[in-house]
Amino acid sequence: MSLPNNEPTVVERTSLSRRRFLAGASAGSLVLMGNFASGRTITLGTESEVDRFNPDFFVAIDVDGTVTILAHRSEMGTGIRTGLPRVVADELEADWNRVVIEQAPGDKRLGDQNTDGSNSIRFFFDRMRMAGAVARTILERAAAKKWGVDAADCRAELHVVKHTQSNRTLGFGDLVELAADLEVPSPKEIKFKPRSQWRYIGTDFKIADLDDIVTGKAVFGIDARMDNQLYAVVARPPVAGGKVVSFDAAETRKVPGVVEVIEISGYDGAPNFLPLGGIAVCATSTWAAWQGRDALSIEWDHGPNADYDTDVYAKELTRTTQKPCKALRRVGDANETLAQSSKVVKADYSVPHLSHAPMETTCAVANVTTDETGKVTACHVLAATQNPQAVQQAVGPVMGMAPADVLVNVTLLGSGFGRKSKPDYCVEAAVLSRETGRPVHVTWTREDDLRHDYFHAIAAVHAEASIGEDGMPTAWIQRAAYPTIGSTFVAGASEPATWEAEMGLTDLPYDIPNLSLEVGQAKAKTRIGWLRSVCHIQQNFAVSSFADELAHEAGQDPLKYLIALLGRDRQINMKEAGLGNRGASPEDYPYDVGRLKNVLRRAADAADWERLGTLPKGKGLGIACCRSFLGYTGHVVEVEVTQDGVVRIPHVWVSIDSGTVVSPDRVRSQVEGAAIMATTQAMYGKVSFKKGRTVETNYDGYRMSRMSDSPREIHVDIVDSSAAPAGVGETGVPSFAPALCNAIFNATGKRIRDLPINDHDLKWS
Amino acid sequence: MTKITVNGNEIDVAEVSEETPLLWVLRDHLGLTGTKYGCGVSECGACTVHVDGEPVQSCVTTLSEVEGSDITTIEGLSEDGSHPVQKAWKEHSVPQCGYCQAGQIMMAAALLESNKDPSDDEIDSHMWNICRCGTYNRIREAIKDAAKEVNQ
Repeated sequence: MSLPNNEPTVVERTSLSRRRFLAGASAGSLVLMGNFASGRTITLGTESEVDRFNPDFFVAIDVDGTVTILAHRSEMGTGIRTGLPRVVADELEADWNRVVIEQAPGDKRLGDQNTDGSNSIRFFFDRMRMAGAVARTILERAAAKKWGVDAADCRAELHVVKHTQSNRTLGFGDLVELAADLEVPSPKEIKFKPRSQWRYIGTDFKIADLDDIVTGKAVFGIDARMDNQLYAVVARPPVAGGKVVSFDAAETRKVPGVVEVIEISGYDGAPNFLPLGGIAVCATSTWAAWQGRDALSIEWDHGPNADYDTDVYAKELTRTTQKPCKALRRVGDANETLAQSSKVVKADYSVPHLSHAPMETTCAVANVTTDETGKVTACHVLAATQNPQAVQQAVGPVMGMAPADVLVNVTLLGSGFGRKSKPDYCVEAAVLSRETGRPVHVTWTREDDLRHDYFHAIAAVHAEASIGEDGMPTAWIQRAAYPTIGSTFVAGASEPATWEAEMGLTDLPYDIPNLSLEVGQAKAKTRIGWLRSVCHIQQNFAVSSFADELAHEAGQDPLKYLIALLGRDRQINMKEAGLGNRGASPEDYPYDVGRLKNVLRRAADAADWERLGTLPKGKGLGIACCRSFLGYTGHVVEVEVTQDGVVRIPHVWVSIDSGTVVSPDRVRSQVEGAAIMATTQAMYGKVSFKKGRTVETNYDGYRMSRMSDSPREIHVDIVDSSAAPAGVGETGVPSFAPALCNAIFNATGKRIRDLPINDHDLKWS
Repeated sequence: MTKITVNGNEIDVAEVSEETPLLWVLRDHLGLTGTKYGCGVSECGACTVHVDGEPVQSCVTTLSEVEGSDITTIEGLSEDGSHPVQKAWKEHSVPQCGYCQAGQIMMAAALLESNKDPSDDEIDSHMWNICRCGTYNRIREAIKDAAKEVNQ
């Protein structure tokens, strides 16, 4: 075997061009098209009618019986690329072994593709059922016509339609041609299978990419290849908002393999999803591009954020929260009650900037073609993206194209956590391809990733409560200050948005007669983004820590205190409280305090909470609960803190109620993973800035929880529920960190109010 | 004339400069993209391959250091994903996003070569690879199952 001429031979396995999908649904296929969102009539066509790309279909059946299901959400570890097609297959009564999953390109006609916000099952559960049920209904009617019998007596069952009286059967493939001539039923005519007959929903499965992953064949964004591509890395402004003043690439051009050196413009005003700007080195290999970048000499104007110092900034945030801020939710008169009270407890909490640090850095390859005038004629992006439509919207205007004309295909994502919803890296690839006239693959190094993230906001939260004779709070004031995600889109935005505050601040479920829940001003000094569980990270840390502090103050058991604080089982009227409920209907997704108490009790029971008072010093249990992304969790964490101050986590018990579950195993894996990610955040998570630059630039500085640092046993309990499906991926995160810190307090008497835990001396004797 | 043996094939990589990390030789020059980049400084283990049977982080190993060596990547661990570690990985549904798993599997396979019956603590100290999705508990269980098969 000889070196294959520098041209990698990896096939674009996950690439799905418009033509290729049609090729898969070729002559003789039954293709269902329908805009389920608007309830428009579903039309049915053979190839002649779908010779143009029409992505409003999710299911196609070939004459050989192969069922192709379109996966339009991105796979980054949740199992969604398999989970949603399983829902279609269930209603269709398809044999899972005869289902092929195809990854959809970005297209707004498919509905929301932003795989983010723990929304996929919630948004698409019923729509996938509809796709499958419509196909099943047509096949049943086709069989009835063929046999000359009543369609009501024909039942699809595991890839055949059966006539119940005569036991005659016809395979799905045999019915395709006949079905193509039938009227497509309107959604109103469709009857979903009863829950008792679900075949795949609620049962475990192996993810579609499992074999490819364990054999190294799975294609991620970093592996995506286009013929004749160049490999690029970019030297970006060390400080967000900085600019290139001048550069010298003479040494770079001497590096073997370097082909082009290109300046990329940065953004003006708000960062949005535009590149940071900088100098790109395009070469025949990644390593050559790195070497070329190292040889660059660049003079930077560091811009307005060159003084950013998080030690200073954190103090400013805390100072902001000491005085009344803007109240977003008020009940009764908290200020007056506090002023009159003889007993007031106060505490200040803080969480530093965090970085997504996905295992796979942001990577994309683009191929842009232009005419002789330089006008872009076509643009194809292949990327690890959580949101291919955002790629279209970000790349389109930069290329002078309508977003819909940008073809975006999605690879597997080496995790995302919100970072890969922000396609600045895709714009970089498109710009470089346009300038070089060749496909260009942009790879971010780990240093690039940690220097130039859209960071989780640094935050301060102040809490104070007046305490009645029974030890319960009579008034509760909470003020949070942190740079808003809004600053990424609107220059100068400097106040947490209502939807950010609703993640653990204004949605406070405690049954307290006087509340004032407030947000304070904070001007962003770097790019701010959403990271798995978002503002719950700081706000639920504060809420659940403070509740524990009040329990100890009252000399009461933290679990019993928390149950009392939550009050009677009831549904909080989200509208009356002025809360948005993540856009979900308050009828389908009420804030159900009973469900929250239930998961709390279940976690406590599993953990044998009663042993709390019997634990020796150095061992502790901590508890916390949270409703986030419309799902409910209760966490009990067991810790051991050695006399040297080393924290070990032998056990975590989590109970989660996210309503109807498609895959119990993937819910379990998400909740296990959430506990470990939250361990990283609580124990080590901290990105600091000095002179506008991040201090932590790789995993050596930005420490990750490894196997030996992580909870040894994670016991996940999934509440059996037929409620509407809620979030899972992010839901498992927020109540972990406060439960851990509450456990450390129980073990050592040391209260952690400022994360990360690793900054604190936990030695005891 | 630099020659390396990758997954049983002797390959002449004379045109690649000797200081190039093995990771990029595998990925960009040989098209073996199963081995992943995660950090470039041997902190995460995503790039782990076997060099003469030992687990090595290919991101900090130069081509000149492996000249004449026998290298196994995830693509060469088994013909068809039937290595006991790969089988156990599938049985336990270990992967979430899957990105770090090639490195995890190569590390685990090397562990079982040197220790046929590792304890929990031995697994914990050997398996220092980072998994951002948090699959560690399933990795530990999968390794214990793979060990059972190896010992049969």
